[in-house]
Amino acid sequence: MGGQEHISKQFDIDLDTLRSRVLQMGGLVESQVLAAIEGFATGNRELIERVSTSDYRVNAFEVSIDNDCSHIIVRRQPAGGDLRMILAISKIVTDLERIGDEAEKIARMSKQIHDRGSLQVQRFAEIRHVGNTAVKMLRAALDAFARQDTAQAASVVLEDVTIDNEFRSIIRQLITFMMEDPRTITTALEITWIAKAIERVGDHAKNIAENVIYIVKGTDVRHTTLEDVEREAKKT
Amino acid sequence: MDAAATAIRPKLQVRGLNFFYGNFLALKSVSVDIPEKQVTAFIGPSGCGKSTLLRTFNRMFALYPDQRAEGEVLMDGENLLTSKQDVSLIRARIGMVFQKPTPFPMSIYDNIAFGVRLHERMTRAQMDDRVEGALRKAAIWDEVKDKLGQSGTSLSGGQQQRLCIARAIAVRPEVLLLDEPTSALDPISTARIEELIHDLKNDFTIVIVTHNMQQAARVSDYTAYMYIGELIEFGETDTLFIKPKHKHTEEYITGRFG
Repeated sequence: MGGQEHISKQFDIDLDTLRSRVLQMGGLVESQVLAAIEGFATGNRELIERVSTSDYRVNAFEVSIDNDCSHIIVRRQPAGGDLRMILAISKIVTDLERIGDEAEKIARMSKQIHDRGSLQVQRFAEIRHVGNTAVKMLRAALDAFARQDTAQAASVVLEDVTIDNEFRSIIRQLITFMMEDPRTITTALEITWIAKAIERVGDHAKNIAENVIYIVKGTDVRHTTLEDVEREAKKT
Repeated sequence: MDAAATAIRPKLQVRGLNFFYGNFLALKSVSVDIPEKQVTAFIGPSGCGKSTLLRTFNRMFALYPDQRAEGEVLMDGENLLTSKQDVSLIRARIGMVFQKPTPFPMSIYDNIAFGVRLHERMTRAQMDDRVEGALRKAAIWDEVKDKLGQSGTSLSGGQQQRLCIARAIAVRPEVLLLDEPTSALDPISTARIEELIHDLKNDFTIVIVTHNMQQAARVSDYTAYMYIGELIEFGETDTLFIKPKHKHTEEYITGRFG
């Protein structure tokens, strides 16, 4: 992985292409989430529409990259770090596709909310804030993948706790809101789904980060503690 | 059974080929198109006929009186089996490399020049160029350029095999037949030769027989699976290894029968 090239130049090219495509998919998914959150916050119909109609591109990436992975496996019988990377990419791509789905959900809920037009919900700021945190996590996870940086990956895993906390706080506020005025319940529930979708984006970003640690260190840190994650990330 | 290659132009076309060792029918009505300037691998268990098939392409069997072939092996439309052309000319157009490296007991230079001299007249300078060109193309020039006068047998196994490949390509063939070319070599020499094959297909149509399925998967664009003298399946390598059409092929590639 670091350093020496394979004797087969084509193998190197295939792996580089695969990594680039994962990053391309990541970039697309990131812009989908940003656009969806922006659409919610501003009611920009065009932005909301664009997220919905672009989701197929995310799905196409997933299918295509998985296909490339099976081709590399059959051709190269990869071992060691190469094998871990191919396996991890297959999983990362699933997480990216799910993030894409979450973005599409956010867009759909936003459309419903803004179509109803009765909106005076004051939760924009919190949603935007937690949304940006989730996108930052995603960006950091993809960056950690690109640079094989496990320290950065570990900090993404840590950040997920923050999102979970913000999410719970938003729910509490929405409950208060619904209790004050039951006419807002429909919209408030839709905003709950949006907040939940953002929380899921954070989870998927964390999964991606865990996979980066697996690629680089060879250790599967899923379902372990934060201490375990940090320790494995720092090991030489 | 499957016969045709897809969109690419075929260089060799086998049509209804039967092959006999005495009374024993070793190839049964084999038909297959070998695509031009691609690598086609033949795989299958021992005795399936893959090496036999390879040896019909350059009439190697003509050396043995009790071996005969019926049917057609067409190259650019001409049937090589019945061609009036001098068989050594056919063998210049279709070169062969064997499992065991077979350098001639002469200098490295003469190993390459020998075959060329049989077919072409050239000056010393032209021959020097041809020898260097072949050795460069076989990715061995840097290792032997300062010892061209030394015997070909003084090289390591991997180098000898690359010398044999250089020898084969020096006469400017159109097709290169490789019969288990790396079976006798270590993994790194094998990887170097596989990388070489990848480069050579820019200039030559390559047919490789290998009992190593993983090698076939790594090195070839098309794969043909044979069993007891019959061609069972032919297709693009990735497709054949990921989703073979025939159950028999699946059983072989997954190691479900010996």
